[in-house]
Amino acid sequence: MLASTFVEAFRFMPNHFSLLLAKAGETAELAFTALAIALVIALPLGLWLGHKHRGLLLALSISSVGRSLPSVALIGLGIGILGVGFWNNTVALVVLAIPPILTNTYFAVEGVDPDAVEAARGMGLTETQILTRVELPLGLPLLLAGFRIAAVFVIATATIAGIFGGGGLGDIMARQVTYGLGGIFAAALWVAGLALLTAGALGLAQRAASRRMAPRT
Amino acid sequence: MTGFRLADGGGPVIPNFGQPSACLKHNGWFCTDWMSNHWGDTLQPALVQHIELTLIAVGIGFAIAFLLALVGFRWRLFDAPLGGLTDFLYAIPSLALFQLLVPLTGLTVTTVEIGLTSYTLFILYRNILAGLRSVPGEVLESARGMGFTRLQTFVRVELPLAAPAILAGIRIATVATISIATVAAFLIQYGLGAPIFDAIETPDLFKTELLASGGLAILLALSADGLLAVAQRALTPWSRLR
Repeated sequence: MLASTFVEAFRFMPNHFSLLLAKAGETAELAFTALAIALVIALPLGLWLGHKHRGLLLALSISSVGRSLPSVALIGLGIGILGVGFWNNTVALVVLAIPPILTNTYFAVEGVDPDAVEAARGMGLTETQILTRVELPLGLPLLLAGFRIAAVFVIATATIAGIFGGGGLGDIMARQVTYGLGGIFAAALWVAGLALLTAGALGLAQRAASRRMAPRT
Repeated sequence: MTGFRLADGGGPVIPNFGQPSACLKHNGWFCTDWMSNHWGDTLQPALVQHIELTLIAVGIGFAIAFLLALVGFRWRLFDAPLGGLTDFLYAIPSLALFQLLVPLTGLTVTTVEIGLTSYTLFILYRNILAGLRSVPGEVLESARGMGFTRLQTFVRVELPLAAPAILAGIRIATVATISIATVAAFLIQYGLGAPIFDAIETPDLFKTELLASGGLAILLALSADGLLAVAQRALTPWSRLR
């Protein structure tokens, strides 16, 4: 039974390649829009709080609350407020993406060696310069790790949007009558592929950042 | 809207007895009369079902993950394939996994439980293994020096030291399961997802039911997270809570 679904899925992919590509594009658009908005909100806040060494409790509780929010409930409530469509789904995904980005940014900057910050201050760097030239580069690997967690999470959750008319690969998964189990499995594999590609790209960036920051001996 | 759901929804629960209140007539956000009339037949059963789904999934998931982690811990050779397997299961979106299981186990609670359990494995396996591996070598050395057998070392040294990571895993897995369990209502009329889907499928969106059931799901997740955080601190007072 599962084997035949597997075969169907691999038959579905070449036969409906352009459909899958278009739907993957929609999912990517939805996920990356949400990630970009979340980044604009969470990054400056995390950097500032981490630099000031303030708001530990805030960072911790945001991460734990954010992890707890059930996406279906969030998207459902979003539909009630914003109506059906792209923006309702985007807002729900932004809310889900903020916590990991904010918390990791906070701990990335907060955890930078205080001696390095002291030395920079002693060299006469302004607070902004300390943040952008010392803390940000040193914290970059951890910061990127948070962004990676958020990206994978948002791409996976974006499929839920399909149930609520948000388009994307989830749209295929929500229409078993039209696309069959093979189509659903094919779309699932594409979502996993999209998530893995994004995680892989960010993982490479993360590795490059930590290599650049490794102490030279 | 959106009538793709496999579950035959309970349909809009609009009171057909007596006169609907003015609030219900204009579809307000918070109609107390609906809440009090339908707590007993809609919200409360859904909440109980949701808690049941979660407890069973995390319970079975923990038992399986614990065994897998023991295997991965004892024989490092198996770690990569086991980790890869749980990774793969976790990567399949829940909406798809639930439907793919239907040919095997039908439109049943069992199908949902299998899906939910398989998602907990990813989190639990990793955390249990990380906990066991975090035990410092010197500690094991001194346990051996004190004449502990392998089993004694495991039960009295390794497990307690791994407890903080294991409990953290249970907390994350529980909260994640509460969230994913709302998707189950796509298949069967079960759990807190059901009234959420019902409300959205009502022709002009039944706001009171949506707010009540969505709010209840969020509240359940937050209280579970809080409760488990307290339990974590109480059971392992030596570890700093994160």
